[in-house]
Amino acid sequence: MLDATTAPLVEVKNLKMYFPIHSGLLRRHTGDVKAVDDVSFHIMPGETLGLVGESGCGKSTVGRAILRLYEPTSGSVRIDGDEIPALAPEALRKKRPTMQMVFQDPQASLNPRMTVADIIGEPLEEHTTLSRDQKLARIYELMDQVGLNRAFANRYPYAFSGGQRQRIGIARALALNPKFIVCDEPIAALDVSIQAQVVNLLEDLQDRLGLTYLFISHDLSMVRHIADRVAVMYLGQIAEISPRDALYTNPLHPYAEALLSAVPEADPSGAQKQRIILKGDVPSPANPPKGCNFCTRCPKVMPVCREVEPKLTEVAQGRQVACHLISPL
Amino acid sequence: MPDRAKPVLEVRGLKTVFRTRGGHVHAVNDVSFALRPGELLGVVGESGSGKSVTMMSLIGLLPSPPADVCGGEVLLGGTDLLKASPDELRRVRGARIGFVFQDPMTSLNPVFTVGNQIMEPLIRHMGLTKAQATERAVELLELVGIPDARKRLKAYPHQFSGGMRQRVMIAIALACDPEVLIADEPTTALDVTIQAQILELVKELRQKLGMAIIWITHDLGVIAGIADRIMVMYGGQVAEQGPVREVFAQPQHPYTRALLRTIPKLHGPREAKLEAIEGQPPILTAAPMACPFAPRCAHAFDRCRAENPARRSIDTRPIGDGHDVACHWHAPATQEVAHA
Repeated sequence: MLDATTAPLVEVKNLKMYFPIHSGLLRRHTGDVKAVDDVSFHIMPGETLGLVGESGCGKSTVGRAILRLYEPTSGSVRIDGDEIPALAPEALRKKRPTMQMVFQDPQASLNPRMTVADIIGEPLEEHTTLSRDQKLARIYELMDQVGLNRAFANRYPYAFSGGQRQRIGIARALALNPKFIVCDEPIAALDVSIQAQVVNLLEDLQDRLGLTYLFISHDLSMVRHIADRVAVMYLGQIAEISPRDALYTNPLHPYAEALLSAVPEADPSGAQKQRIILKGDVPSPANPPKGCNFCTRCPKVMPVCREVEPKLTEVAQGRQVACHLISPL
Repeated sequence: MPDRAKPVLEVRGLKTVFRTRGGHVHAVNDVSFALRPGELLGVVGESGSGKSVTMMSLIGLLPSPPADVCGGEVLLGGTDLLKASPDELRRVRGARIGFVFQDPMTSLNPVFTVGNQIMEPLIRHMGLTKAQATERAVELLELVGIPDARKRLKAYPHQFSGGMRQRVMIAIALACDPEVLIADEPTTALDVTIQAQILELVKELRQKLGMAIIWITHDLGVIAGIADRIMVMYGGQVAEQGPVREVFAQPQHPYTRALLRTIPKLHGPREAKLEAIEGQPPILTAAPMACPFAPRCAHAFDRCRAENPARRSIDTRPIGDGHDVACHWHAPATQEVAHA
């Protein structure tokens, strides 16, 4: 499916997103929350990259920084040939139609005072010169695509359930025929029986429209279902990027291993192998530990881990891991 | 494991209706179950299935109006909690039934120290002196795995992380050695690695203390790991109930089956497409006259739309002891057993 000669659609290099901490009477800059600290990855056209990690690891910030919803501190983000952080405001506005986002909370991301047709049609208003009739036709087409009844076009978001609201958000993201969509926890706020509906929809749309996804989630089982490759983040950095099957059958980074083993499985037979219980909590990204940022909780920690920061290195075909255990200095 | 011991808590035919100006919501409809000593009963269901409202109704935690617990019995060691006076209920809550809520930030009082909040039930319910309560609080924090317990008593909730706050909540719930612990989505707000810590803690505590636990969750994976029995709720009713292994191995209700199929697997062959349950959960504005799952059920037939199915045991064990299901598909094959 992924041909080695095609160029990646999205290429992120050494992305850093620091949020400054100001304190004291003069609000001096006294430190930074290193939400994303030197992250690099690429996504091929038509591929889904899963981005997993626990809350506060910086996975949503990555999604927002590459679409320039935040101004990244440094690093390069190339989407379909354009260097996103360097784009001038007008050029960025022209670029927006090709890269869209689906947000976590369909309650907060839809304007309660706009009808469904207005919400889905707003990007068309802003970026196209369609006539009223053409616009309405496109809105109906989008509603059909995401499985919303056309008759509801003039209703307001409150009249819809969570799953339907998420469909509205997806229709809005699709309105301008984007190539790349960042899905930021699109199913986290939904009930189990509705999650599958939305994920199936995202997969259908990908097949039909050739979309490329960055799928951000903390749900490891769902990511296994939808993603082709998976990046595991911890405290602002990528611990491991591997093809899906390789990661789930044989995680290399100790954090990836612990994370996968912590997921409770719907199988009471006791077949699940021994859990790795990590001790303690995630350190603050304002003050990450010296050396490897996982060294405070790692069950396999070595003296070198507390001194030298491991670099993300390719250790097998398509597998990159940042760990001294896997790739010794 | 469920045995023949007398239940510590027995709920029969519980009904809760929210009477609002916009109409009535039949949130809990004829829910019955029994909890035996030392047993962990997992209650699963989606939002609005009535799982939390059922447990809140038991101990009178719902504001009334609008809530009206209008039917049934809740027997805790022989006394009916629904007939108890507010004073009697207050003595039950915290002392005989402990509660752990989903969100450890909003359920702890931010302006009191953690020690203060653990000691409150000890002084109120058990009549301990302040010094005795302090000692017991230290003991409790150590029990739930909080390091440096004596020092941490003087800390405020915001000084704890999410996982640690949930440990504090568990310590408070356990303070008076309750017979029953009700945990409402206690790990939902936590990250998976922290959830794994809490699940491990609960397993340890069960071995040490042996209290009965009701664990409410929407996560079938969590239930699979810790529960003895599982009760699946849908639309304010019990859809299926039974020993956890039996229900996972041979789910009887179409909803349980669909729910198990809709979750992607972490191991084994990867499913090509997820089996979604089409449609939406019901809106419970009228007392159900039909099976609440019928509109979404692939197997629904005329009777499902005309008559609300009663719970039937799928074998010879009485309802509550064995594996039972509320589905018309099972009506011809098994005999109907009256509510115990």
